[in-house]
Amino acid sequence: MVKNKGTTPLAFDEMMNADSSPRQPYSTYHDWYASQDRNRLIAKSKEAENIFRKTGITFAVYGHADSSEKLIPFDLIPRIISGREWRKLAQGIEQRVIALNAFLDDIYHKQEIIRAGRIPRELIEKNEAFLPQMIGFRPPGGVYTHIVGTDIVRTGEDQFYVLEDNARTPSGVSYMLENRETMMQMFPELFHQNRVRPVENYPYLLRQSLSSLAPPGCSGKPRVAVLTPGIYNSAYYEHAFLADQMGVELVEGSDLRVIDGKVKMRTTRGYEAIDVLYRRVDDDFLDPLTFRPDSALGIPGIMDVYRAGNITIANAPGTGISDDKAIYSYMPEIVEFYTGRKPLLENVPTWRCSEPQSLKYVLEHLEELVVKEVHGSGGYGMLVGPTATRKERAVFAEKLKSRPTNYIAQPTLSLSTVPILVNKGIAPRHVDLRPYVLVSDKVQIIPGGLTRVALKAGSLVVNSSQGGGTKDTWVLED
Amino acid sequence: MLGRTANGLYWMFRYIERAENGARLIDAGLRMSLTRSEASEDDWDGVLQSAGVREIYDEVHEKLTSIDAIDFLLRDRANPSSVMSCIEAGRHNARMVRTALTRETWEATNECYLEMKAMLSKKARPADMPEIIDTIKRRAGLIRGAFHGTMLRNEIFNFSRIGTFIERADNTARILDVKYYVLLPAVAAVGSSMDNVQWESILRSVSAHRAYGWVYDVELRPANIADFLISNGRMPRSLAYCYEKIASNLGYLEREYGERHAAHETADRTLASLRSQSIKEIMDQGLHEYLEEFISHNNRLGQEISDGYRFN
Repeated sequence: MVKNKGTTPLAFDEMMNADSSPRQPYSTYHDWYASQDRNRLIAKSKEAENIFRKTGITFAVYGHADSSEKLIPFDLIPRIISGREWRKLAQGIEQRVIALNAFLDDIYHKQEIIRAGRIPRELIEKNEAFLPQMIGFRPPGGVYTHIVGTDIVRTGEDQFYVLEDNARTPSGVSYMLENRETMMQMFPELFHQNRVRPVENYPYLLRQSLSSLAPPGCSGKPRVAVLTPGIYNSAYYEHAFLADQMGVELVEGSDLRVIDGKVKMRTTRGYEAIDVLYRRVDDDFLDPLTFRPDSALGIPGIMDVYRAGNITIANAPGTGISDDKAIYSYMPEIVEFYTGRKPLLENVPTWRCSEPQSLKYVLEHLEELVVKEVHGSGGYGMLVGPTATRKERAVFAEKLKSRPTNYIAQPTLSLSTVPILVNKGIAPRHVDLRPYVLVSDKVQIIPGGLTRVALKAGSLVVNSSQGGGTKDTWVLED
Repeated sequence: MLGRTANGLYWMFRYIERAENGARLIDAGLRMSLTRSEASEDDWDGVLQSAGVREIYDEVHEKLTSIDAIDFLLRDRANPSSVMSCIEAGRHNARMVRTALTRETWEATNECYLEMKAMLSKKARPADMPEIIDTIKRRAGLIRGAFHGTMLRNEIFNFSRIGTFIERADNTARILDVKYYVLLPAVAAVGSSMDNVQWESILRSVSAHRAYGWVYDVELRPANIADFLISNGRMPRSLAYCYEKIASNLGYLEREYGERHAAHETADRTLASLRSQSIKEIMDQGLHEYLEEFISHNNRLGQEISDGYRFN
């Protein structure tokens, strides 16, 4: 029998029922696991680490001296989602992504949602993520968020919440692909026994999706390129990986120039035009003539080319306004306003600290709440109330009081757990899920995604920058 | 292809070539100190000069000792041409151009870096030297093997090869130039054991001490050594061979792009003179002058390639 060591009593475990029988989606896997020699699995686990190191699947953690390249720990027990669970998730995600695009189009045009009084005007117009340069401009195909990575957490059999919408430049998709590749290399038999839906065609779908949104003036086969801040960026591996898998150029700002109203890249044959730019550079750095003048990462004048309809930028500049954490709390209204239906996926209840009543509540209940910076990401600058020390909470309370608009707070959800392999067998750890969504004239959700797992027992922080790991994520055909 | 990518490939292969050449130089130096009855620090002076790092060495060290010289050539980050610095720089460039490399080539490069980094994390003991030298050569060989076995013969291949041979030509010319005086007929007290050691060390620095015997005579003769390393088109580290390769790779680019640059003229001219001049003519003209001019033309060619193909 498979035993979970040191269970977190209140969390919902996705593999094991309370009576130590496996949950249905895991039943085939569970039998397989029970027949395995543990030492062999631990050896396989080391082998996986070697594969990752050899391939150079690394990321950089900012602010660490000797950390230029780190591995994200990979756990070889897959996270398994049934077809039925997935269909429900996919419908909810699709609804949400459609609403996000409609919201962006509205915000940069008629602003009906503001006029209808559903969202306060200042929340939009005073927001740094709102780009006045986008007002009145409609990107090719009307698509703002070409690639979305919706963060989802689970707390029970049928309880799923959207934690974040990640509509700017979601990262991690290379891990989804490499994790699958590694699993298939190490345990081919598992893929005979389980009907796992494929994720491998993501790069193909991405290229197809990007190409289909080339600007109207583009004749012939659109030229796509991935724009990276460069080799020192934390996600450089992913940028190179995606460019490679799509068979397109990986460019840096210094390769690009605006010539004759087109964005062109410096090739060994001279300057050649780009039609679609999948940029992994933040809005601020995109165009020093329009945004940060000190940016060396961007392309002077690209915004003019964009507004003249001569290049597609994915995701569109200014999409950050839709996944801002302050806007997040309004997502249920946003979904309903644009789709005319109740949201299929729930939002996590959120207190906006900018509202005095909420701030008061948050300060009184810090030990129960997770407090996040409105513009933060990657788990930096957040407080996890229940695990923080009294002193940490006191320090954070001061920060909250001095800049309340900078924070939101949410209850600490008891995230579901999936077992990881440890020396003594398996042990449950909290997980989240980031499926990847491609938007063109249709919405395509890749059946799978990135499962991030907190490696420390009881920890709720899954971010790789904070010591989290990843798992292969299976969506079963059923 | 992006100009920056061509630049990255060119330098990736220059650095890998340089790392391997560095290992060979150290090997020749070690060999020389073994064959001497009394260890001479002068030998290492010659090695440092061949590597073009004599001056940087003096900035870091007060006096010349074989232990310090080996460490400096092998793993000192203060020495941009140390084996470890080169492997790091080569791998850095490889990471930059990853999308242009096959998975096998990238992994061979990355594994070379990972293994050498672990191996050279501490100062090497003399007893470890054979294994270290061997590992560098083997790792470089694996990169070359993966590259030749898996890469498409396209412009990516051409820029990589050009980098390799510009670096190799520079290296061979330097080795000859540092020791040019031992090859001069007037100075050569033919047959003395001292000269034999020196000559053999030149051949060892380019892994050619065995091949020499197959092509020429068992007996080492200065003019033959110079001929072997300068004019012999069959010797893979000779100047003539390097320029055959440079010119043919530039030729592929010319046909593919339908464009000729200053680099093509320079490479063709150098190749033509390597083919037509006999070693006697070169020696008469002055070996040192000849090599000095060659090194400077070789550098200029590198610049012309960079300009012509918009590396920057």
